[in-house]
This record gives sequence, structure tokens and C-alpha cells, in this order.
Amino acid sequence: MNYNSSPTAPLNFLNHKTGLWSWLSSTDHKRIGLLYLYSITIFFCAAAVLGLLMKIEKFAPGETIMTAQTYNGIFTIHGIIMIFIVVIPGLAAVFGNILLPIMIGAKDVAFPKLNLFSWYVYITGACLGLYSQFAKGHVPDAGWTFYVPYSAEVNSNIVIALTAAFVLGFASILTGLNFIVTIHRMRAPGMTWFRMPLFPWSLYATAWIQILATPIIGITLLMVIAERTLQIGFFDPALGGDPVLYQHLFWIYSHPAVYVMILPAMGVVSEIFPTFSQKPIFGYMPIVFSSLAIALVGYFVWGHHMFTSGMSYQARWFFSLLTFLVAIPSAIKVFNWLSTMYGGSVDLKPPLLYAISFIFLFTIGGFTGLTLGSLATNIQTHNTDFVVAHFHYIVFGGMGFGFFAAIHYWYPKIYGRMYNIRWANIAWAILFTGFNVLYFPMFILGLQGMPRRYFDYDPKFQTGQMISSIGAFILIIGLIGMISNLVYHVRRGAIAPANPWHGVTLEWQIPSPPPHENFDEVPVITRDPYVFDNPYTK
Amino acid sequence: METAFSGASNLAEAVDRAFIFIFSISFIITIAISVLMIYIVIHFSRKKVKNPKQFTGNTKLEIAWTIIPLIIVLMMFYYGKVGFTPMREVPPDAMPITAIGRMWAWSFDYGSGKISKDLVVPLNRNVRMNLLSMDVNHGLFIPAFRVKEDVIPGYKNYLWFRPIVKGEFDVYCTDYCGLAHSGMTAKVIVVDSLDFEKWLVDLKATGNIPDLPGLTVLKGNGCLTCHSLDGSKIIGPSFKGLYGSKRVVITDQGEKTVDAFDDYIKRSILDPNAEVVKGFNKGLMQPYKDVIKGEDLDKIVDYFRKSSEQK
Repeated sequence: MNYNSSPTAPLNFLNHKTGLWSWLSSTDHKRIGLLYLYSITIFFCAAAVLGLLMKIEKFAPGETIMTAQTYNGIFTIHGIIMIFIVVIPGLAAVFGNILLPIMIGAKDVAFPKLNLFSWYVYITGACLGLYSQFAKGHVPDAGWTFYVPYSAEVNSNIVIALTAAFVLGFASILTGLNFIVTIHRMRAPGMTWFRMPLFPWSLYATAWIQILATPIIGITLLMVIAERTLQIGFFDPALGGDPVLYQHLFWIYSHPAVYVMILPAMGVVSEIFPTFSQKPIFGYMPIVFSSLAIALVGYFVWGHHMFTSGMSYQARWFFSLLTFLVAIPSAIKVFNWLSTMYGGSVDLKPPLLYAISFIFLFTIGGFTGLTLGSLATNIQTHNTDFVVAHFHYIVFGGMGFGFFAAIHYWYPKIYGRMYNIRWANIAWAILFTGFNVLYFPMFILGLQGMPRRYFDYDPKFQTGQMISSIGAFILIIGLIGMISNLVYHVRRGAIAPANPWHGVTLEWQIPSPPPHENFDEVPVITRDPYVFDNPYTK
Repeated sequence: METAFSGASNLAEAVDRAFIFIFSISFIITIAISVLMIYIVIHFSRKKVKNPKQFTGNTKLEIAWTIIPLIIVLMMFYYGKVGFTPMREVPPDAMPITAIGRMWAWSFDYGSGKISKDLVVPLNRNVRMNLLSMDVNHGLFIPAFRVKEDVIPGYKNYLWFRPIVKGEFDVYCTDYCGLAHSGMTAKVIVVDSLDFEKWLVDLKATGNIPDLPGLTVLKGNGCLTCHSLDGSKIIGPSFKGLYGSKRVVITDQGEKTVDAFDDYIKRSILDPNAEVVKGFNKGLMQPYKDVIKGEDLDKIVDYFRKSSEQK
């Protein structure tokens, strides 16, 4: 990791110390953020390839390239990696770490050593996840949801995978804790709560979910481990346990976890729309409070993952009602983003392209979420490909495209160099096309009754499956195009100025890459975060 | 493919109405948002706009786009609830069938040990599926009927429907259950009521046949200790072939022959020593006058009659 390629580069966080150890022992929030970025990228690529393999398998009915056992193992590890190792830490651990302190005018997070420790905890968990694949015995095949009794009884490396998720949970809790204290205690003089930019606000809402909800999954997974190793019956009816209790506990965490994924992405695009419109965010307060509302109401909708599990009629309609209510804050945000661009001077650069596609994909994901939240239509679509399409639109189209928007937005800030814009645009077009060709047919397949997690399928589904598989190839080509552009230009890109997009938040007021301690002197904040007195409109 | 989107049960219409309502609104709003975004990007492009407006919000708009979506989602909620509510209200006359899920096959139990691999149901009759899992979680899904419920061990979940179209439809398992999850499929076959009755009669009983109530009474009173069901002689005469047979009995008046119908059977229980079957000893069986009463007596007789019919 030697960024000293430019002889004229002044000392910054990338080059003030060199050598691998200077990275592995760094408590600098920006370096830790990059450690997360690189580890997440590696895991993302691995899990994306696994996704492609599944799609190749599904190109035709019957066994195509792998056995049913392999397929079941692959969708399990694809889910575990994508959810626990990539998407949940994702934006908060990477861009939260790199930018949160800078955006609130701090030199670092509140607990820098704890921050580095979180990364080691994360890597330990991620390695355990890998170990579950290579340890003696069968690869785990219970799905990332680990539903009991199957996960309590099946003879595969479930305990290792559960331990991995358990450990990863701690990294998430520690990061959340760090961010909450940082935001409460470390804001620059004059930065009142409502002068704080929206990305930090979204991280704040996210952090509360991380520290309050994650312990529940921790204890739940531990109970399954106890069930498997000590034969204590919590969830397995064969041991006197209750399998539906497991589903409740699992989703009490895992539904709020969806907001851990999506809220920071909403924060990212809330930064991008003002900058690329050279216009203040529209409805700052509604966006802040809708984030908090999502974080709060998001705790009480977990039952919508269990509409067919035999819950009482009253519980079902009540969870359905709350699910519809949690859609409102998201809708409010979308309208505010559109109004931010309206009347602005809109510059369609790659970050904005990704932000706009975020809105498009998130809208489709959101509306299909309403289809799933409505009781009658849920019964038909529950546990079908419709659900798979829906959450890929939300998690990949939402969080994923939010992440891509973020990397294209802050890339010149982080590396002090610029990627190739034309290349980025082309990669975006391929990626966006591939995404929709891959996932949209799955809505139709789901409506036709194609269940999820099916290795094999009725030939009547083949057309949709084939189109979807072709989309997977297009998507992968787009990803390769996007990532190679970014990787290639880390060292070879044109030198980027401190403020290439003419943003007004604090990170754009310091050099690119930022110096080791961010600010020479602590900034004093005297006004709102999105004031464009002198819009750049060349 | 032709039945992929068309409903084949009484429940489908309301579900499809909810689908159409939600999809129409979603489609319109998604298109509107997309067109608006494209319009904004073109109309307010940096090439054209050198002087971006600097407004920061509008309370009336915020209220409008909170209230209007709220009304829309409440309507969606309403349609969903209306379509769903009848799914949990099983008509009392529904025919019960137990769907048994095990790794990795369905079977459908019609009672009396009659178990089928496919779900054959009569047209226009209410059917209640009781969901029973023998191992892990499964999900019973009949897309054409718009019904799905999880089959969870230890839970008594259920669903019901009334088939309104004849034909064959798919049954899937929708809760991941291991290696051959995707092979855990079956067919629903909807036939005319008469065809169904005939099919059910012809279906061979292969499962455990539950005891008829009369046999339960016999077992509960220890009758089988002295009277066998298979013809072997224990202390008392066997029950095998009892009903309708001719019996030679010894009474106080001497030997006579009786037809073993309801009255004789009841007499033999209530006052066994009055007529003792020839070759067995008097006084070994106590009168059951105060032990087995009215309804239970009828059940026993009923059992004997039914077991004689089965031959």
C-alpha cells in the first residue's frame, strides 16, 4: 500500500507512514475506513462470483453445473458474506469511518483504538465465515437466516458460521458505539445538531440500531449454538423448543438491520444531490426526522417476515399496518431529493448517476416491499423469487448503488486522484442494465409461483430464469468495468483538486487526500451545512 | 403457463384485486418519479442553468407528500387486509385434509389411513388443510389458489380454500428444508364431487387406521384381555365375526341359538351370565351394567357392525 507515487504529493494520511504494519496498526479513522473498504471489496467480489455461479446453475432446469448440495451451500455463504460481511458494515464502516469525523470537524472518532479493534473483530468474524467453508465436514447449508429446526439438526458446519455472524455482530456494535459517542462529543465548535450534514445524521440513526438491535441476534445465534452443542432446547421442537420463537428473535434484529444497510445510503445521496445541483438540500429537517422515524418504527415491523408462520390474525394485520407506515419516511426522502435537484444546476457526473439510479431502484424495491407488506399479496409472494428480487432492489439497488455513489463521490477526496469519468459512465450503464435484466424477471417468476432457494425448477419458469441469468453476466461485466476503473486510477488518475465537485461540507475544505489529522486547526462552524453562496456553474 | 396468473380458488379474486391496486399505483408513481428525474436532469442541466435557485424547503409540500402517501398506503393496507381476512375464517363445513410435510415429500391424509401423494379435491367444496410437519419447517404453497402457510413442527397451522376451476395445479414447498427442497412438489387435482367420492373410496388405506370409537371403549375397559379380535380363543369368545353370526348359548332354560345383533350384544355386556356361549365358563365375566352405559354401548355395537361390513 504505497501511495507515494506522486513526488509532489504533500504528506497526507496515505503516505505519512508506509509499510503494511503502519496500516494494520493505524488508529487513523481514514486508514481504518480503507482497511474496511479493501476487505469488503474482496468479500463482495467473492460473493458476487458465487451469485453468478448460482445464476449459471439456474440457466436451465435440472443440474447444470453443480449439485443441489453445492447450490444450497453457495446460496448460504453468498447470503452470509453479502449480509454480515459486506452490506451491514458497508457504508458505515467504510465511508462512516473515513468521513464522519471530517464532516463534523473532528480529528478522529471518539475511541480510535476501539475503532481499530472493531476491524480486527470484523476480520476475525469474516475469517470464521471462510473457515466454515473449508473446515472438515459439510459447508453450511441452512441459508443465511439459519431457520431452526433445520439449522439445529443438519449435519454441516453451522456452528462455525453462527460463530462468525456472532463475532461480526460485535464489530457492528462497537462501530455504532464509537459513532454515537463521536457525534455527541466531538462535533466542532458551532456545529449544532442541526448544522450537522445529513450523512452523519444517517450514521447516527444507524448507530442506534446497531447497538440496540445487534445484541438480540448475538444472543439468538448463541442459543442455536447451545442447542446444537449442549442439546438445550430453545427452538428445536425435538428438544422441547419453539421454532417460531427463533424466527421472532431473528427478525427483531434482522429487520432493523435492513435499515442499518439502507439509512447510510440515504445519507450518501443526501450529500450528493445538493453538491451536483449546487443548491441546498430541500427539507433538511424532514430528512433528519424521517431517518430517526425509520430507525424507530423499523423496530416494530419484524413480523412481516413471518406472515405465513401461523401468527395470530391480529398480529398479522398489525405488523402489516406498521410496515405501511414505515414506508412514509422513505417516500418523504425521495420527494425531498427530487426537489433538491429541481431548480438547481444539475451536473450529471458518475456520483449523481448512481444517486439517481439509487432513487429509481429504491422506488421499485420500496413499492414491491409494499406488495409484500400487504397481507393478501404477501401470501402469494412470500418466500418466492419475488422476495429475492425485492430485497436485491433494496439492498443492492439501494445500499449497493448508494455505496457506488459514495465511492465515486469521495474517491478524489480519499486518493487525491480522479478516475476516468467516461469509463465510469459506461460501466454504470452496463451495471444498471445488467441489474434490471437480472432482478426484474424475478418479480414475474415470483408472481408465477417460483419459490426461492430452489436448485431445480419447473420448465415453465425457464424463460424468466434464462433472462435473469443473462442479466447476471451483464451485471458482472459492469462491476468489473467499475472496479477496474477505480483500482487503476488510484495511482494513475489525474491529480484531483481539493474540491473537484464544488461541495460545501467540511471534507471539501481540506486537501485531497486529507492530512493525517484532518484539520490544521479545528474549524468553527457558523452556518447551515448546505449553503452555496457562490454556486459553481461553469 | 396458462394458469400461471389466473386464480383457481374462491380466495384468488380478492388477492388479485389487491395486486392490481398496489401494482397500478406503484407503476404510475414509479413512472412519474422516473420521468420527473429525467426532466429535471435535462431541463436543469448545468449547461442551461447558471443560476441555481437557493430555496431550502416548503412546509406545505412536505405536509402534502406526507399525507397523500399515507392515504395511499392505508388504502393498500386495506385491500391487503380485506383479501387476507377470509383466509383465516374457515367455514365450519370444510372437509379436513392433513397435509404432511417431511424431507422431502408431501402427503395428504384424508383420514381412515387414506393417504395420497397428490392432493385430490372436489370442485366447489370447502377444504381445510391441517398442516403437519414430521421434521423441519416446510411451506405449503398452491400458487393457483393464492394460498400459502408454513408447516412448522409442533404448530397447528392451517389454511383453507374452495377450488373453483377443474384441473391440475402445482404444490410447492416454500420453506427451505434442505437437500431436495426444490424437489418437494406435488399436484393439486380438482375433480367433480362425484369423481372425488369415487376416488376416495378406491384409495387404498396405507396409513395408520385410527381406532373406531367403539374399539376405544373396548380397549379402555380391558375387554380385549379376554376377547381377541383375531379369532384366537382366550378366556372369552373372540370378537372376530361377531356381528350377525349365529351363537349357541347356554341359558338357565337350556341351550339355544341366537342371532348376534344389537340386542344380544348389549345384553351380553350388561348381563353376561344370562347367555353364555357354549364352551365357555359362566361367572368369569362381571356384569358391566354400571360401567358401560348408553352411548358407549352403541359405539361398541357400531364397531362390531362396521368390522363385519369390512369383510
